[in-house]
Amino acid sequence: MRILGKGQIDRNRPVSFRFDGKSYQGYQGDTVASALLANDVRLMGRSFKYHRPRGVLTAGSEEPNALLEVVGATNQTPNVRATMQEIFDGLNTQSQNRFPSLSFDFMGVNDLLSQFLSAGFYYKTFMWPRAFWEKLYEPVIRRAAGLGRLSGKHDEGHYEKAYAFCDLLVIGSGPAGLAAALTAARAGADVILAEEDRELGGRLLADEPDLDGAPARDWVSSTEAELRSLPNVRVMTRTTVTGAYDNGTFGALERVGLHTPARADLPRECFWRIAAKRAVLAAGALERPIAFPMNDRPGIMLAGAVRSYLNRWGVTAGKRVTIFANNDGARQTARQLMAAGVEVAAILDSRTDATAIEDCPVYLGARVTDTSGRLGLRSISGAHVGGNFQIETDCLAMSGGWNPTVNLTCHLNGRPRWNVDIAAFVPSEGVVPGLSVAGSANGDFTTHACLAAGQAAAIEALAEIGVTAAAVPLPRAEGVPYAIQPLWLVEGKGRAWLDFANDVTSKDVKLSAQEGFTSVEHMKRYTTQGMAPDQGKSSNVAALAVLADATGRGIPETGTTTYRPPFTPVSIAAMGAGGRAMGFAPQRFTTSDQASRDRHAPMIEAGLWYRPSYFPKPGEKTWRESCDREVNMVRSAVGVSDVSTLGKIDIQGKDAARFLDLVYTNTFSNLPIGRVRYGLMLREDGLVLDDGTTARLDENHFLMTTTTAAAGLVMRHLDFIHQTHCADWDLRLISVTESWAQFAVAGPKARALLNAVLDAPLGDFPFMACGETQVGGVKGRLFRISFSGEEGYEVAVPSRYGESLFRDLVAKAEAMGGGPYGMEALNVLRIEKGFITHAEIHGRTTAFDIGMEKMVSPKKDCIGKAMAARPGMVGEEREQLVGLRLAQETKAFGGAHLFTQGAEVERETSQGYVTSVCWSPMFGATLAMGFLKNGRARHGEKIRIVDHLRDLDLLAEVCDPVFHDPKGEKLRA
Amino acid sequence: MRLTCPLCGPRDRREFYYYGHEDYLQRPGPDAGPEAWDDHLHLRDNIAGEVRDLWYHETGCAQWLVVTRNTVTHEILSTELVADRKKKGVRA
Repeated sequence: MRILGKGQIDRNRPVSFRFDGKSYQGYQGDTVASALLANDVRLMGRSFKYHRPRGVLTAGSEEPNALLEVVGATNQTPNVRATMQEIFDGLNTQSQNRFPSLSFDFMGVNDLLSQFLSAGFYYKTFMWPRAFWEKLYEPVIRRAAGLGRLSGKHDEGHYEKAYAFCDLLVIGSGPAGLAAALTAARAGADVILAEEDRELGGRLLADEPDLDGAPARDWVSSTEAELRSLPNVRVMTRTTVTGAYDNGTFGALERVGLHTPARADLPRECFWRIAAKRAVLAAGALERPIAFPMNDRPGIMLAGAVRSYLNRWGVTAGKRVTIFANNDGARQTARQLMAAGVEVAAILDSRTDATAIEDCPVYLGARVTDTSGRLGLRSISGAHVGGNFQIETDCLAMSGGWNPTVNLTCHLNGRPRWNVDIAAFVPSEGVVPGLSVAGSANGDFTTHACLAAGQAAAIEALAEIGVTAAAVPLPRAEGVPYAIQPLWLVEGKGRAWLDFANDVTSKDVKLSAQEGFTSVEHMKRYTTQGMAPDQGKSSNVAALAVLADATGRGIPETGTTTYRPPFTPVSIAAMGAGGRAMGFAPQRFTTSDQASRDRHAPMIEAGLWYRPSYFPKPGEKTWRESCDREVNMVRSAVGVSDVSTLGKIDIQGKDAARFLDLVYTNTFSNLPIGRVRYGLMLREDGLVLDDGTTARLDENHFLMTTTTAAAGLVMRHLDFIHQTHCADWDLRLISVTESWAQFAVAGPKARALLNAVLDAPLGDFPFMACGETQVGGVKGRLFRISFSGEEGYEVAVPSRYGESLFRDLVAKAEAMGGGPYGMEALNVLRIEKGFITHAEIHGRTTAFDIGMEKMVSPKKDCIGKAMAARPGMVGEEREQLVGLRLAQETKAFGGAHLFTQGAEVERETSQGYVTSVCWSPMFGATLAMGFLKNGRARHGEKIRIVDHLRDLDLLAEVCDPVFHDPKGEKLRA
Repeated sequence: MRLTCPLCGPRDRREFYYYGHEDYLQRPGPDAGPEAWDDHLHLRDNIAGEVRDLWYHETGCAQWLVVTRNTVTHEILSTELVADRKKKGVRA
């Protein structure tokens, strides 16, 4: 019910939204919870396990009961807290975990069976048969006990992630947070003020104390106006700081666009990483319920929440309200309700020594012993020294005291300590470096103390980073001390809920202790206490108090469970923003990318690069047709292929050659200028790291190429060797991969094609030569190297000329009967020639395995040399590189295992495996490469290939891996 | 987690590639024997407390760093360039 004259909603702006198919009206500024309460809707959800009817308990992010599904055009968000979801025109929400409807739920039968569904029920009951767990029990249980559901579709919503930096991060904008932010802001520090709510003020809004004799809201407004006017302050509302991490890093979730209809310019959420030199935690405190029999009915709420709904949204949660509390704070709820004209039936104060003077009946030493009302509270039964009584009431506002929000102080392994005076845990000091705690979060429960502590924390934090901040005038505020007498549990006949969200009762905690799960961490896991989306924010302390009582220990000895990030649930969509579909990894494109796509080449991924798979011609129906044509084209005429993705590392300095001798197994210091040499690189453990060619452009200038796959790895390796072993050498390295576009020109007509493109015809340019060249007036480089086995060149120009050169090369090649070729043909060509790739040098092969042990120079040390010679790295028992040849066409069988004919086909008898396979149009045969035990001695043998994945069982001839032009005559043509 | 690169200043952990203990800087001679090499390549102490380990500022300045940090408190005590050690004549 709405109360005239109360609340800060905009009554001139009505908003309509839907809940469970029915349309309701609220106002701008309402949450779903406040608007439903205003419409006298108390039933908002069903509980997790027993499917009990539930209403809203809180007015904040700790809400355990009122969880909804928000239905969008393309998505459905489950477990949205009705207390956090602001309403807007067109908002569509529905209740969850019920069937067929919220008021009539078949699964409510669980409640009748609750005797059998206590803690540990699943562990004890669904033990056998074992296979039933996955197939039967778990699916059924998941359906019966659960939370909201997803749409099952991709979330097409837009999410973002961002970084922010500041001198001082202030977490929370209640009196302590505002005082801290204002003090720091006026000192000129870079301040971020993060507030979870949609507006600043914290409990100043909910409690409406007087500041300087005026409503607190006035001071909040003027402070906010000043903060927002300052360039050194970033005010972030709707932003929950979710975690404290190392070195002053905090995670925060901003609900950017969840309070409006979907807008193209607003992401739904943004996940922030905030690097703060110092932080002040002013997150306030959370009120806790009291566990009394049948304390979970809709209409039973926290007293502070009832106050919030009254003062912030002008809503009373009931027409006749009863208060049940063990502390002074809840008296404010009664007084403010009465001042607003709401009937307060009675105050039940559990203390015997509290004042009985109020404008309503007060029962001292009182308890609530039972409640009634199936879908909403109708009456309560109470007891006090004078006897038992019953009260007709539709709202019970309870308060078991307040817990400082210590969560962030525990994220780096800090443990809170027990403060007897307020019967709550407070943060230990210094447990998060750079973070101090102020206000209610620190156990200071008066407005005056909060303001002063916030200011002091800011001044101290800034002093640590060399910023002098002066005290600013703070408003006068109340300073009445808070008095509490602990009351955790009212014993009685009915169930008393501790954790509403996970349906954990006091009986479950006692059972846990009885069955030996007496450690608080064991109790948590046995009962699932605190494991729901709310993480037990309002229930954990009461649960461990009950455990302490059941085990005869005190609360400090019992301790608390570990608080872990995130403070509130964070959607994976926000944390992984931008990472879905093509956003999963960066994309790298060559300069010829568009030209390849223009020719309808399907692109395949090579690391982060995209390279053309093949270039289909009209009439070609399969990739094989195109691939076979391209292979024949290179062998008979000329082909052009973009090889820019290979890593290119420019190495200069007087010691460059010496450095190459160290990193390569073979010698480069004797390489003449203008020549290229193939090099093999080992890891320090003796296994092959990479291979490639390195050109000597000048006496002290080399250009190394790496494979596409290992470009980053090799750069990191070289940087390491350089900086650790020879930082004092005259040497500089830099990756120039993206600076140059490089194209392979291969085939018998390669020279003719180059002569058609280069500014001057090629003179004497033997195999493995390199040098400068000129193309259309542009200086480039030319290398005579081949990965196809044909006469081959690679021509390189600065990247900005790459596309133009590629198009020119391809056009001229086509006039000669040639054209572009893709990765498929490139692979066939290299297998025919027996050239290895990372399919072969996959991190488990040695130079010996690939037949290159002679490349490890005996005359010098090199990285990996010592370990390459260790036992087991060479010898007959090792699997050695071989070629495999089959006459028939067959599915590719990379990864298949090799077996001696007649031997058992078992893992233990495997003789090796296949690494690369292709159909060779030139040989009219299937060719493969692989590793075979003692393979070099077994050329000519027929070996059995078994591929269980593709269901193949083949026979192949073992041979030398070089099928094409073994003498290299074509290369040198 | 944030590391202060001596060249680039304080940077997010995601810019760095982690390697392992600085022991890896002590490369044995070619004839040190398999045990020394095994130790160099494979054996590391698992220290609870202050450690010195290697990080590579891969998406920054491409420098290898020795970072002194505490694996219990996660405190970063110092960062220095590996290359500076060699230049200062520390035996690698």
